[in-house]
Amino acid sequence: MNYLGKLAFSGLMAASVLGWAGKASAVDLTMYYPVAVGGPLTDVVDDLVQRFHKEHPDIKVQAVYAGSYADTITKVMTAMKGGQPPQLSVLFSTDLFTLIDEDAIVPLDDLAGPEGKAWLASYYPAFMENGQTGGKTWSIPFQRSTIVLYWNKEAFKEAGLDPEKPPASWDEMVEMSKKLVKKDASGNITRWGVEIPSTGYGYWMLQALAIQNGQRLMNDAGNTVFFNDKKTVEALQYWTDLSRVHGVAPKGSVEWGTLRSDFLEGRTAMMWHTTGNLTAVKNAAKFGFGVAMLPAKVQRGSPTGGGNFYIFKNAKPEERKAALTFIRWVTEPARAAEWSIKSGYVAVKPAAYDTEAMTAYAKGFPQALVARDQLKHAVPELSVHENGRIYKLMNDTVQAALTGAQTPQAALDAAQRQADRLLARYR
Amino acid sequence: MAEVAATLAVQDGMRRTRRLTGIHAWLLLLPALVLLATFTHYPIGATFVRSLFGGGRTGLGPFVGLNNYAAMLDDPVFWQVLRNNFVFAAATVPLSIALALLMAVLVDGKLRGRGFVRLAFFTPTVLPMIAVANIWLFFYTPGYGLLDQVRGALGLASHNWLGDPSTVMACLIVMVVWKEAGFFMIFYLAALQNMPPELKEAANVEGAGRWYFFRRVTFPLLMPTTLFISINAVINSFKLVDQLVIMTKGGPNNASSLLLYYIYEVAFSFWDTAYASTLTVTLIVLLAAVALTKFVYLDRRIHYQ
Repeated sequence: MNYLGKLAFSGLMAASVLGWAGKASAVDLTMYYPVAVGGPLTDVVDDLVQRFHKEHPDIKVQAVYAGSYADTITKVMTAMKGGQPPQLSVLFSTDLFTLIDEDAIVPLDDLAGPEGKAWLASYYPAFMENGQTGGKTWSIPFQRSTIVLYWNKEAFKEAGLDPEKPPASWDEMVEMSKKLVKKDASGNITRWGVEIPSTGYGYWMLQALAIQNGQRLMNDAGNTVFFNDKKTVEALQYWTDLSRVHGVAPKGSVEWGTLRSDFLEGRTAMMWHTTGNLTAVKNAAKFGFGVAMLPAKVQRGSPTGGGNFYIFKNAKPEERKAALTFIRWVTEPARAAEWSIKSGYVAVKPAAYDTEAMTAYAKGFPQALVARDQLKHAVPELSVHENGRIYKLMNDTVQAALTGAQTPQAALDAAQRQADRLLARYR
Repeated sequence: MAEVAATLAVQDGMRRTRRLTGIHAWLLLLPALVLLATFTHYPIGATFVRSLFGGGRTGLGPFVGLNNYAAMLDDPVFWQVLRNNFVFAAATVPLSIALALLMAVLVDGKLRGRGFVRLAFFTPTVLPMIAVANIWLFFYTPGYGLLDQVRGALGLASHNWLGDPSTVMACLIVMVVWKEAGFFMIFYLAALQNMPPELKEAANVEGAGRWYFFRRVTFPLLMPTTLFISINAVINSFKLVDQLVIMTKGGPNNASSLLLYYIYEVAFSFWDTAYASTLTVTLIVLLAAVALTKFVYLDRRIHYQ
């Protein structure tokens, strides 16, 4: 750097220090957040933060995109152990027990003040469940989802099926899938009937199947799991049979990250995926597609999913208040509706669906309402103590069954044994 | 008398000089020593101590002796990742060395567009592993990935390369060999260029064939380089896990997981610091054993020019 450059640089540094000192009265907040779906969502978050600054010049939010959900909690925990946690973050709603065990977060009931009760009641109860334990509310829903079934209407037409009628039951899904599988001249499969992702979020998909079969995977205290109950085994058996018996899904594990492009490329006629991908699919699909609730065995059902806002214990009282102000602002009905339209996530408040923007959007694109309608069948996502280990255990188990390394029964028996061992000290 | 005094004075002076030189040397070493101690030796010691205590994610627990190590020997995932790691090393080390030697010999000779070929061979090394993993992820994507498009053109069925436990390891090995060989080629190339041309001339006069010359002269003279490269390759096979984060997350069902990636999971997904320390100490012991073999045993058996 030459002399002039150095001078300019030090001038800049001095100015920024002075500027910072001048604004010392403003509250600075750091927020980590993850993106787990397609589309330019970081831009949307940046835009929201900019608008928040305009309305609240006394609060400065620095929103840091931190990767996937797993990456984000890793960064938060590392920062925390290094003594500098962010003041607030968007993390898996299911990280609740982990964060409580680490003594990292504060409950929000008292922080919200006298009219807090009414405010907390303005969110969908199904989304609040994952954030509540021991009579307290620890997190506020933000990017929440359920699993939905996406289907390719053109593929349905081509296979002689009614393009407006998605499968409503497990058996129907198998029957339809058999018709949807397409082979080329040499007998190789060019289109599968249905794909269910099994990397990263395999536990989530298995939970959906278990719920549809009438089985919950964990208790409310988060210290007992029901992995090898008969109905869970049936659920994994059905999933495994899709590829191994019926031949309507690819053998081996199906990658979460590339499944969306499989669907968009017409490699599969149906896929199970988070509704958080809806807008990305809508923007890229070159064919008509539909969105439906997941099919039923004994009942409809999907676990909820996605991320909530948490406020950290290290934050000073005025920072906690400022963080709460931001959370309230960004989940107001108008903003919740906007976020839902731009991503596909379910808006976290019923009131968001009464806003003008949302009603207009849903009129032209009714698929946007499916995930919300499914909420009445939704069950909280698997969330227990030692969540990281249990998720890994479940994902391994699902993959062991899908790749044929173990039978569903044997794989789930082993998982149950290990889970019991891990959770014993929380009982 | 005066003579004796003078001798003593000289001896005294020499001793002081020697002492000063000693201090001087230590002072020069100090910065490096401080850095090494702070960032290498202390953490290793602290990790070892941590592995002797219980507690896991709830902080430092009571002293448990070798219990964590016993738990490790009981952990089926540990044995699986260790086995994977040995398979991975046993395949990537010889393959990448052989390929590197082949490429080096090829571009050492007179060849049209030699600079361009050298660059082409070296390119994979310059790319970051994360970028490479993303490119190869596309190659291996079932159905419309490059590999399956080629197979499709030949009328073969598509295959779920990374989703099948029987193929996932081979896929990763091929990619890592492709990535590493170019780097090792540079060392071989440097060694080949340093080889005195008289040897070749003498061999020609004696009427030795090219293959005979390579086998009896070139290859033995490259041994120091080969040793250096093989140690590096072995260490890399335990050290490089970036590709797993992008491509498989260690799956399916741990079929592609390696020891270091497992340590990362235990430390930063499960937050079990005690067990992560135990695994780390195991990894350090393994790598130290490799390095010791080089310094103590192999070095003596190799001819240096």
